[in-house]
Amino acid sequence: MTDYMVPLILLSISLLALHRRENGYDILLQGAREGLSLVVSILPALILLLTAVHMLRASGAVDTLSRLAAPAFRLFGIPPETAMLVCIRPISGSAALAVGAELMAQCGVDSQIGRTVAVMLGSTETTFYTISVYFGAAGIKKTRYTVPAALFADFVGFFMASWTVRWLF
Amino acid sequence: MVMSWIWTGLLALSLLFSLINHRGSALAASVFEGAQAGVALAISLAGSICLWSGAGKLMERLGITHGMSRLLRPILRRLFPDTNQDEALAGTLSANICANLLGLGNAATPMGIAAAKQLRRPDKPDLATDQLCRLIVLNTASIQLIPTNVAAVRLSLGCAAPFDILPAVWITSFSSAALGLTAAVLLGKVWKA
Repeated sequence: MTDYMVPLILLSISLLALHRRENGYDILLQGAREGLSLVVSILPALILLLTAVHMLRASGAVDTLSRLAAPAFRLFGIPPETAMLVCIRPISGSAALAVGAELMAQCGVDSQIGRTVAVMLGSTETTFYTISVYFGAAGIKKTRYTVPAALFADFVGFFMASWTVRWLF
Repeated sequence: MVMSWIWTGLLALSLLFSLINHRGSALAASVFEGAQAGVALAISLAGSICLWSGAGKLMERLGITHGMSRLLRPILRRLFPDTNQDEALAGTLSANICANLLGLGNAATPMGIAAAKQLRRPDKPDLATDQLCRLIVLNTASIQLIPTNVAAVRLSLGCAAPFDILPAVWITSFSSAALGLTAAVLLGKVWKA
Protein backbone atom coordinates (compact mmCIF):
# COMPACT_ATOMS: atom_id res chain seq x y z
CA MET A 1 0.00 0.00 0.00
CA THR A 2 2.74 2.45 0.97
CA ASP A 3 4.39 1.85 -2.42
CA TYR A 4 1.54 3.62 -4.20
CA MET A 5 1.24 6.61 -1.93
CA VAL A 6 3.70 9.02 -3.50
CA PRO A 7 2.84 8.20 -7.15
CA LEU A 8 -0.87 8.43 -6.31
CA ILE A 9 -0.47 11.80 -4.61
CA LEU A 10 1.45 13.15 -7.61
CA LEU A 11 -1.14 11.85 -10.07
CA SER A 12 -4.15 13.07 -8.13
CA ILE A 13 -2.86 16.62 -7.61
CA SER A 14 -1.92 16.81 -11.30
CA LEU A 15 -5.38 15.59 -12.33
CA LEU A 16 -7.05 18.01 -9.95
CA ALA A 17 -5.00 20.86 -11.39
CA LEU A 18 -6.09 19.90 -14.93
CA HIS A 19 -9.70 19.74 -13.78
CA ARG A 20 -9.44 23.22 -12.24
CA ARG A 21 -7.77 24.51 -15.43
CA GLU A 22 -4.62 25.41 -13.45
CA ASN A 23 -1.22 25.12 -15.10
CA GLY A 24 -0.08 22.28 -12.83
CA TYR A 25 3.21 21.65 -14.55
CA ASP A 26 4.19 25.31 -14.25
CA ILE A 27 3.35 25.41 -10.55
CA LEU A 28 5.35 22.21 -9.98
CA LEU A 29 8.30 23.81 -11.79
CA GLN A 30 8.06 26.93 -9.64
CA GLY A 31 8.04 24.87 -6.47
CA ALA A 32 10.93 22.73 -7.70
CA ARG A 33 12.94 25.89 -8.34
CA GLU A 34 12.29 27.01 -4.77
CA GLY A 35 13.37 23.55 -3.62
CA LEU A 36 16.63 23.96 -5.51
CA SER A 37 17.45 27.16 -3.66
CA LEU A 38 16.73 25.31 -0.42
CA VAL A 39 19.22 22.60 -1.41
CA VAL A 40 21.83 25.22 -2.26
CA SER A 41 21.23 26.93 1.08
CA ILE A 42 21.79 23.75 3.13
CA LEU A 43 24.74 22.44 1.06
CA PRO A 44 27.49 24.40 2.93
CA ALA A 45 26.14 23.26 6.30
CA LEU A 46 26.01 19.63 5.15
CA ILE A 47 29.64 19.81 3.93
CA LEU A 48 30.90 21.26 7.23
CA LEU A 49 28.87 18.93 9.41
CA LEU A 50 29.70 15.75 7.52
CA THR A 51 33.37 16.71 7.79
CA ALA A 52 32.96 16.94 11.56
CA VAL A 53 30.97 13.69 11.73
CA HIS A 54 33.53 11.76 9.67
CA MET A 55 36.39 13.13 11.79
CA LEU A 56 34.56 12.20 14.95
CA ARG A 57 34.03 8.64 13.72
CA ALA A 58 37.62 8.26 12.47
CA SER A 59 38.98 9.41 15.82
CA GLY A 60 37.04 6.72 17.69
CA ALA A 61 35.06 9.28 19.69
CA VAL A 62 31.73 7.93 18.41
CA ASP A 63 32.59 4.39 19.57
CA THR A 64 33.48 5.71 23.02
CA LEU A 65 30.27 7.75 23.21
CA SER A 66 28.19 4.72 22.19
CA ARG A 67 29.96 2.58 24.79
CA LEU A 68 29.33 5.16 27.51
CA ALA A 69 25.68 5.57 26.54
CA ALA A 70 25.08 1.83 26.09
CA PRO A 71 23.74 0.97 29.59
CA ALA A 72 21.15 3.76 29.57
CA PHE A 73 20.15 3.09 25.98
CA ARG A 74 19.81 -0.69 26.51
CA LEU A 75 17.53 -0.02 29.47
CA PHE A 76 14.98 1.50 27.07
CA GLY A 77 15.72 -0.83 24.16
CA ILE A 78 17.26 1.92 22.02
CA PRO A 79 20.32 0.79 19.98
CA PRO A 80 23.44 2.41 21.56
CA GLU A 81 24.85 3.03 18.07
CA THR A 82 22.28 5.81 17.70
CA ALA A 83 23.68 7.75 20.72
CA MET A 84 25.29 10.42 18.57
CA LEU A 85 22.09 10.93 16.56
CA VAL A 86 19.94 11.15 19.70
CA CYS A 87 22.27 13.81 21.14
CA ILE A 88 22.41 16.01 18.05
CA ARG A 89 18.83 15.62 16.74
CA PRO A 90 17.14 18.25 18.95
CA ILE A 91 19.87 20.84 18.20
CA SER A 92 20.59 20.80 14.47
CA GLY A 93 18.62 19.32 11.58
CA SER A 94 21.52 19.30 9.10
CA ALA A 95 23.84 17.71 11.66
CA ALA A 96 21.23 15.03 12.42
CA LEU A 97 20.85 14.31 8.72
CA ALA A 98 24.65 14.07 8.42
CA VAL A 99 24.98 11.72 11.40
CA GLY A 100 21.95 9.67 10.29
CA ALA A 101 23.13 9.23 6.71
CA GLU A 102 26.55 8.18 7.94
CA LEU A 103 25.02 5.66 10.36
CA MET A 104 22.76 4.18 7.66
CA ALA A 105 25.75 3.78 5.34
CA GLN A 106 27.86 2.26 8.13
CA CYS A 107 25.33 -0.22 9.54
CA GLY A 108 23.45 -1.01 6.32
CA VAL A 109 20.35 0.83 5.20
CA ASP A 110 18.09 -2.23 5.64
CA SER A 111 19.63 -3.37 8.92
CA GLN A 112 17.71 -2.92 12.13
CA ILE A 113 19.89 0.01 13.17
CA GLY A 114 19.65 1.55 9.69
CA ARG A 115 15.87 1.41 9.80
CA THR A 116 15.69 2.70 13.37
CA VAL A 117 17.84 5.67 12.34
CA ALA A 118 15.53 6.38 9.40
CA VAL A 119 12.40 6.24 11.58
CA MET A 120 14.06 8.48 14.20
CA LEU A 121 14.95 11.04 11.52
CA GLY A 122 11.47 10.87 10.00
CA SER A 123 9.49 11.25 13.19
CA THR A 124 11.36 13.78 15.32
CA GLU A 125 12.13 17.46 14.87
CA THR A 126 14.90 19.93 15.64
CA THR A 127 13.32 20.79 18.98
CA PHE A 128 15.61 23.54 20.29
CA TYR A 129 15.79 25.19 16.90
CA THR A 130 11.99 25.19 16.54
CA ILE A 131 11.50 26.57 20.05
CA SER A 132 14.02 29.36 19.48
CA VAL A 133 12.50 30.32 16.10
CA TYR A 134 8.88 30.35 17.33
CA PHE A 135 9.45 31.94 20.73
CA GLY A 136 12.08 34.30 19.34
CA ALA A 137 9.69 35.61 16.69
CA ALA A 138 6.79 35.90 19.13
CA GLY A 139 8.94 37.48 21.86
CA ILE A 140 8.25 34.81 24.50
CA LYS A 141 10.77 34.81 27.34
CA LYS A 142 9.06 32.80 30.08
CA THR A 143 8.95 29.40 28.41
CA ARG A 144 7.63 27.48 31.47
CA TYR A 145 7.40 23.74 30.72
CA THR A 146 7.83 23.94 26.92
CA VAL A 147 11.36 22.49 26.84
CA PRO A 148 10.72 19.48 29.12
CA ALA A 149 7.45 18.63 27.35
CA ALA A 150 9.06 18.89 23.88
CA LEU A 151 12.10 16.87 24.95
CA PHE A 152 9.82 14.23 26.42
CA ALA A 153 8.07 13.99 23.02
CA ASP A 154 11.52 13.53 21.43
CA PHE A 155 12.36 10.78 23.89
CA VAL A 156 9.08 9.00 23.10
CA GLY A 157 10.04 9.32 19.40
CA PHE A 158 13.46 7.71 19.89
CA PHE A 159 11.98 4.99 22.08
CA MET A 160 9.08 4.18 19.76
CA ALA A 161 11.34 4.25 16.67
CA SER A 162 13.43 1.48 18.20
CA TRP A 163 10.43 -0.62 19.17
CA THR A 164 8.29 -0.19 16.05
CA VAL A 165 11.24 -1.28 13.88
CA ARG A 166 11.69 -4.31 16.13
CA TRP A 167 7.98 -5.17 15.84
CA LEU A 168 7.38 -4.48 12.17
CA PHE A 169 10.54 -5.88 10.54
CA MET B 1 26.55 31.19 17.70
CA VAL B 2 25.40 27.81 19.04
CA MET B 3 26.69 26.11 15.92
CA SER B 4 30.15 27.70 16.35
CA TRP B 5 30.39 26.05 19.75
CA ILE B 6 29.16 22.70 18.45
CA TRP B 7 31.48 22.79 15.44
CA THR B 8 34.55 23.71 17.49
CA GLY B 9 33.63 21.17 20.15
CA LEU B 10 33.29 18.38 17.57
CA LEU B 11 36.70 19.22 16.09
CA ALA B 12 38.35 19.37 19.51
CA LEU B 13 36.80 16.02 20.50
CA SER B 14 37.99 14.42 17.23
CA LEU B 15 41.55 15.61 17.74
CA LEU B 16 41.60 14.55 21.39
CA PHE B 17 40.25 11.06 20.70
CA SER B 18 42.50 10.48 17.69
CA LEU B 19 45.52 11.30 19.90
CA ILE B 20 44.32 8.88 22.58
CA ASN B 21 43.51 6.14 20.06
CA HIS B 22 46.55 6.80 17.80
CA ARG B 23 44.36 7.32 14.76
CA GLY B 24 46.10 10.33 13.24
CA SER B 25 46.21 9.04 9.67
CA ALA B 26 42.54 8.00 9.73
CA LEU B 27 41.63 11.43 11.05
CA ALA B 28 43.57 13.19 8.29
CA ALA B 29 41.86 11.09 5.61
CA SER B 30 38.42 11.66 7.12
CA VAL B 31 38.55 15.46 6.74
CA PHE B 32 38.07 15.64 2.98
CA GLU B 33 36.20 12.35 2.88
CA GLY B 34 33.55 13.98 5.06
CA ALA B 35 33.43 17.14 2.95
CA GLN B 36 32.87 15.03 -0.17
CA ALA B 37 30.20 13.01 1.61
CA GLY B 38 28.43 16.30 2.36
CA VAL B 39 28.18 17.11 -1.34
CA ALA B 40 27.03 13.56 -2.12
CA LEU B 41 24.31 13.79 0.54
CA ALA B 42 23.08 17.16 -0.75
CA ILE B 43 22.93 15.80 -4.30
CA SER B 44 21.08 12.68 -3.22
CA LEU B 45 18.54 14.93 -1.45
CA ALA B 46 18.21 17.50 -4.23
CA GLY B 47 15.79 15.52 -6.37
CA SER B 48 13.32 14.70 -3.64
CA ILE B 49 13.43 18.18 -2.10
CA CYS B 50 12.74 19.81 -5.48
CA LEU B 51 9.99 17.38 -6.47
CA TRP B 52 8.28 17.59 -3.11
CA SER B 53 8.51 21.40 -2.97
CA GLY B 54 6.82 21.41 -6.37
CA ALA B 55 4.09 19.05 -5.16
CA GLY B 56 3.67 21.14 -2.01
CA LYS B 57 3.26 24.32 -4.01
CA LEU B 58 0.62 22.68 -6.16
CA MET B 59 -1.24 21.31 -3.12
CA GLU B 60 -1.24 24.78 -1.59
CA ARG B 61 -2.54 26.37 -4.82
CA LEU B 62 -5.28 23.76 -5.13
CA GLY B 63 -6.44 24.40 -1.58
CA ILE B 64 -5.73 20.86 -0.39
CA THR B 65 -4.17 22.09 2.85
CA HIS B 66 -7.31 24.17 3.38
CA GLY B 67 -9.58 21.15 2.90
CA MET B 68 -7.48 19.02 5.24
CA SER B 69 -7.60 21.68 7.92
CA ARG B 70 -11.39 21.33 8.13
CA LEU B 71 -10.96 17.71 9.19
CA LEU B 72 -8.71 18.86 12.02
CA ARG B 73 -11.15 21.35 13.52
CA PRO B 74 -12.65 19.05 16.20
CA ILE B 75 -9.18 18.22 17.59
CA LEU B 76 -8.07 21.84 17.39
CA ARG B 77 -11.05 23.01 19.44
CA ARG B 78 -10.04 20.87 22.37
CA LEU B 79 -6.30 21.61 22.29
CA PHE B 80 -6.66 25.32 21.52
CA PRO B 81 -9.86 26.70 23.11
CA ASP B 82 -9.07 30.18 21.71
CA THR B 83 -9.96 28.91 18.22
CA ASN B 84 -13.63 28.81 19.25
CA GLN B 85 -13.81 32.60 19.28
CA ASP B 86 -11.20 33.34 16.65
CA GLU B 87 -11.78 32.03 13.12
CA ALA B 88 -8.53 33.54 11.75
CA LEU B 89 -6.51 31.82 14.46
CA ALA B 90 -8.21 28.49 13.71
CA GLY B 91 -7.23 28.94 10.06
CA THR B 92 -3.53 29.71 10.68
CA LEU B 93 -3.22 26.95 13.27
CA SER B 94 -4.71 24.24 11.09
CA ALA B 95 -2.69 25.43 8.08
CA ASN B 96 0.46 25.09 10.22
CA ILE B 97 -0.44 21.53 11.22
CA CYS B 98 -1.39 20.51 7.67
CA ALA B 99 1.87 21.86 6.24
CA ASN B 100 3.70 19.78 8.84
CA LEU B 101 1.67 16.68 7.95
CA LEU B 102 2.59 17.09 4.30
CA GLY B 103 6.26 17.61 5.10
CA LEU B 104 6.33 21.24 3.97
CA GLY B 105 8.48 22.64 6.76
CA ASN B 106 9.14 25.91 4.95
CA ALA B 107 5.45 26.65 4.61
CA ALA B 108 4.70 25.54 8.18
CA THR B 109 7.05 27.93 9.98
CA PRO B 110 5.57 31.35 9.04
CA MET B 111 2.06 30.12 9.84
CA GLY B 112 3.22 28.64 13.15
CA ILE B 113 4.86 31.93 14.09
CA ALA B 114 1.70 33.86 13.18
CA ALA B 115 -0.36 31.49 15.34
CA ALA B 116 2.14 31.84 18.20
CA LYS B 117 1.78 35.62 18.10
CA GLN B 118 -2.01 35.35 18.23
CA LEU B 119 -1.89 32.94 21.17
CA ARG B 120 -0.03 35.38 23.44
CA ARG B 121 -1.80 36.93 26.41
CA PRO B 122 -2.24 40.67 25.88
CA ASP B 123 -1.40 41.46 29.51
CA LYS B 124 1.69 39.19 29.62
CA PRO B 125 3.12 39.09 26.08
CA ASP B 126 6.37 37.35 27.08
CA LEU B 127 4.71 34.39 28.81
CA ALA B 128 4.28 30.97 27.20
CA THR B 129 0.61 30.17 27.78
CA ASP B 130 -0.62 26.58 27.92
CA GLN B 131 -1.86 26.81 24.34
CA LEU B 132 1.48 28.21 23.18
CA CYS B 133 3.34 25.32 24.81
CA ARG B 134 1.00 22.87 23.07
CA LEU B 135 1.65 24.56 19.73
CA ILE B 136 5.40 24.11 20.22
CA VAL B 137 5.05 20.46 21.26
CA LEU B 138 2.89 19.78 18.19
CA ASN B 139 5.54 21.38 15.98
CA THR B 140 8.53 19.69 17.59
CA ALA B 141 6.92 16.24 17.60
CA SER B 142 6.97 16.23 13.79
CA ILE B 143 3.76 14.55 12.73
CA GLN B 144 4.76 13.87 9.15
CA LEU B 145 2.89 11.61 6.74
CA ILE B 146 5.65 11.16 4.15
CA PRO B 147 9.25 11.76 5.24
CA THR B 148 10.60 12.30 1.71
CA ASN B 149 14.11 13.41 2.71
CA VAL B 150 14.78 10.28 4.73
CA ALA B 151 13.40 8.16 1.91
CA ALA B 152 15.78 9.91 -0.52
CA VAL B 153 18.79 9.20 1.70
CA ARG B 154 17.75 5.56 1.99
CA LEU B 155 17.30 5.29 -1.78
CA SER B 156 20.75 6.78 -2.41
CA LEU B 157 22.24 4.11 -0.13
CA GLY B 158 20.77 1.32 -2.25
CA CYS B 159 17.55 0.60 -0.40
CA ALA B 160 15.04 -1.22 -2.61
CA ALA B 161 11.92 -0.11 -0.74
CA PRO B 162 12.71 3.26 0.87
CA PHE B 163 9.08 3.76 1.95
CA ASP B 164 8.77 0.49 3.87
CA ILE B 165 9.43 2.47 7.08
CA LEU B 166 6.22 4.51 6.69
CA PRO B 167 4.00 2.56 9.14
CA ALA B 168 6.79 2.69 11.74
CA VAL B 169 7.17 6.46 11.17
CA TRP B 170 3.41 6.99 11.54
CA ILE B 171 3.12 5.02 14.77
CA THR B 172 6.23 6.69 16.18
CA SER B 173 5.35 10.29 15.35
CA PHE B 174 1.74 9.83 16.43
CA SER B 175 2.82 8.41 19.81
CA SER B 176 5.39 11.13 20.39
CA ALA B 177 2.86 13.86 19.55
CA ALA B 178 0.13 12.27 21.69
CA LEU B 179 2.37 11.59 24.70
CA GLY B 180 4.13 14.95 24.34
CA LEU B 181 0.75 16.72 24.40
CA THR B 182 -0.37 14.65 27.37
CA ALA B 183 2.80 15.64 29.21
CA ALA B 184 2.16 19.29 28.29
CA VAL B 185 -1.42 19.15 29.59
CA LEU B 186 -0.32 17.52 32.85
CA LEU B 187 2.61 19.90 33.32
CA GLY B 188 0.30 22.85 32.66
CA LYS B 189 -1.77 21.85 35.69
CA VAL B 190 1.17 21.92 38.11
CA TRP B 191 3.51 24.49 36.49
CA LYS B 192 1.48 27.64 36.94
CA ALA B 193 2.65 30.91 35.43
